[in-house]
Amino acid sequence: MKIPMTEYLRINLETEKWECRVCDHEIAPAEGNYKEGLLVHNRDPREIHPPVIDPDKYKFTFSPDPEWVRILEFCCPSCGTQVETEYAIPGHPPLWDMQVDVAALKAQWAARGPAMLPDAGPSVVAGRAHTH
Amino acid sequence: MKDMNTTAPSLEEMNLIKKFLDDTTLFLGPDPEIMQNHDLMPRTQDEDAAIAKVSDNHIVAKIRDRLQSGCDEGFEMVEQMGAAPGAKWGDVITGVYSASGDLAIASAGGVLIFSALVHHPIKFIIKNWINEPTVGVKDGDGFIHNDSRYGNVHNTDQSMILPIFHDSKLLCWVASTVHEGENGAIEPGGMPSMAESPSDEGLKMSPFKVVENYQIKRDVLTFLQNSVREPKLQYEDMKVKLFACLRIKQRIEETLKSDGPDALVSTLRLTMEDVRAEVKRRISEWPDMTVRSYIIQDSTLRENCVVKINCKLTKTGDRLIFDFRGSSPEFTNRATNTIVAGLKGMLSQVFLCYVWPDLPRGQAAFAPIEVITDPHSIVDCSYDAPNSQSLMSIFTGFTAGQHAVAKFLYSCPEKFTKVHAPTFNMINTFIWGGVSQHGETLGNLCADLNGMGAGATSDRDGEHALAPIFATMADIGEQELNEEEVPFLQLVSKKMTRDAIAPGKYRGGQGYSMMVSTKDSEQWGFMTTAEGAKIPPLQGLFGGYACGTYPLCKVKDVDVYDVLMNEPEKFRHSIEEIMNEQPFEDAKYSTHHMGMGFEISKRGELFMISQGAGAGYGDLLERDPVNVVKDIEEGLMSAEVAARLYKVVFDPKTLAIDFEATEQARDEERKARIARSTPYAEFIKGWNQPKPPAHLPYFGCWGDDIDTLYMGAPDITRRADEPRPNYMMHPKDVRIAELEARLTAAGVAGDEKQ
Repeated sequence: MKIPMTEYLRINLETEKWECRVCDHEIAPAEGNYKEGLLVHNRDPREIHPPVIDPDKYKFTFSPDPEWVRILEFCCPSCGTQVETEYAIPGHPPLWDMQVDVAALKAQWAARGPAMLPDAGPSVVAGRAHTH
Repeated sequence: MKDMNTTAPSLEEMNLIKKFLDDTTLFLGPDPEIMQNHDLMPRTQDEDAAIAKVSDNHIVAKIRDRLQSGCDEGFEMVEQMGAAPGAKWGDVITGVYSASGDLAIASAGGVLIFSALVHHPIKFIIKNWINEPTVGVKDGDGFIHNDSRYGNVHNTDQSMILPIFHDSKLLCWVASTVHEGENGAIEPGGMPSMAESPSDEGLKMSPFKVVENYQIKRDVLTFLQNSVREPKLQYEDMKVKLFACLRIKQRIEETLKSDGPDALVSTLRLTMEDVRAEVKRRISEWPDMTVRSYIIQDSTLRENCVVKINCKLTKTGDRLIFDFRGSSPEFTNRATNTIVAGLKGMLSQVFLCYVWPDLPRGQAAFAPIEVITDPHSIVDCSYDAPNSQSLMSIFTGFTAGQHAVAKFLYSCPEKFTKVHAPTFNMINTFIWGGVSQHGETLGNLCADLNGMGAGATSDRDGEHALAPIFATMADIGEQELNEEEVPFLQLVSKKMTRDAIAPGKYRGGQGYSMMVSTKDSEQWGFMTTAEGAKIPPLQGLFGGYACGTYPLCKVKDVDVYDVLMNEPEKFRHSIEEIMNEQPFEDAKYSTHHMGMGFEISKRGELFMISQGAGAGYGDLLERDPVNVVKDIEEGLMSAEVAARLYKVVFDPKTLAIDFEATEQARDEERKARIARSTPYAEFIKGWNQPKPPAHLPYFGCWGDDIDTLYMGAPDITRRADEPRPNYMMHPKDVRIAELEARLTAAGVAGDEKQ
């Protein structure tokens, strides 16, 4: 069974690996940090959040200060899908953001069965939610 | 004779010691036993007996709905009649509390965190005043409270609390809370960012009796009026809150008449217990996992610095634990600290507003969730630390929680809302004060703080300027009505700020610009209290981006009213145009961070800010090109930025999309990403540093070492469990020191006597 964990990542319970949901690339061991199997780019935040007012005239411009914060962009090495971003203080170690207890995940889904997999990704599925 | 070194005191001696301490207590400060506990009080014998008699689900549901309607009626009364601007836009709430003080049912609208914290002052009243012969708690009494250290968000919110008796027995409590604004603090408006100690924060009302026989005591009222800048508002809203409580009381009495006291007591208790049990069941459906996130505050509102809110969220079985250890140390003389109860109240809003909005609104929904903090940290500050700008920490704490929770929800088969990127979290608005055109002394704020952009969800863009994170059904008011009462105009209002974006497969909802200018008073000023002018206060979700940053812009040495009268063609309707084109000759144009202390403004000067965007969701290269062009058409984004970021190819004149070329451009961009990126292991060799950078005043832990907290520089640290003062210099002293150093370096300060 393959459990969709984020928009672009899933855990294959049989192989115990993180996989890319876009291209099926095997990324990293599920017990570990999926970021270790991705590529990283250190992005100047001004490229994503452009200055609205003239940076030659003003100190604050609607753009983040690149000396104070960077955007770490994590992408799949196979298909280039941007899996995650992290707004990071320069030099701050990237976070191990999802540390999964794989044994517990296996047990949880063994009890649920594949019929309960979110079939349309993250959507709220009629009839699945608690109702009164 | 006993050996004093080896024998523990007997029970009799312990009782004697306790009596001595009770009899000689000099000050009833905030009680840690009350303030640290957010779980439900144990079931009482009365509750057991009531549940034994009445536990039918249908009866409980019927009474709960009736009480809910009563709370909503009270809410409506306060919103319609309240004098505080906050009351008019829904920064209000009402609730019914159990006899032990737990919030069982809150009004559907309004600011849940207000009521979620009122259980603390009620428990203080129960513990200290019921058996206190000089106070007592009787039918017809009412208690007032605002001091956050006894349970509140900040001191600008005031509560009216009434005990409800039946046959001389205390059955429950009702309360109404309003963001009143003015409270006599060092700056007008009730949320002073200049406060350097609790003594600068204005009125500090521990819970005390202000109503007897349902009448407000005039002597106490006069003292309160005399302590604030808006004496009439103080009186009017105390009356409004009292009468809202009396309306809820009336509805409770009708229930007592029809169903009896046991049904009421049972309903309150079972509602809370059922919600608590349901929350644990829902948590157990999440994957067992630890999620880490951090959010940065980029200022103390007085100076820019890097203040970390560190969050580790762990779910095991049916336990969910928020661990905020490693967050910044508290600031001894800055107002951005929060008491831990405030953080918990805001986290409860993550769940009741964004994750499980179907649950009855009350204290129980957060009761089983655990929170760990470092004492004397910015999210768990001490009694002596100012906290009038606690919003900065509870909102960034909220966002860390919201960001972490989303990563648990994605894989859950059972969802109650859609997976949601963080909503904008800063109160980008103008707080104002002074003497109005009618000669009234006023101090309050623009309701535009309620216009926070929503985060994108898993299948939809975030909505623009939707609602504040603390009240999902609040309003932003009618500006024209406000202008009848205050001496300034919003010359540009509700116009979306172009290119202030949070891109993604689904983009965040954007914020709008505000330009204010004083007109009919020489004694009027503004302040702004938000962070995020250098570092975004959000994180994006699943490859989406956070918002950008938002400055304060000023134009001085101009009277725009004269411009509008004589040369209207010079006026521009966006911050972008005014700041870039500088259309007013001889005016001074400047930018600042969003922590502007109260500043007197002259007629016709411009103060300009923008609301912020919620975070984006997913890879922006997956965004439907049609929606990209729609954003251009709607003025949310310039064509140049859209083409560059989203790699959509379109005709610059007609905006007609070339879908094939777009697909090709996006394929190339994916390849370019791979080419410019580095494998993780290689990347961190060059990126990771053992300490914060020397050029940043950094506060909080670095990496995973939560035992060491940095205090503004890489070589200044303290252990997390060993609090130390953390003073900041006055920004003007910092500036003077810089200038003096330049004078010295230039050799022109040598003859000054020291």
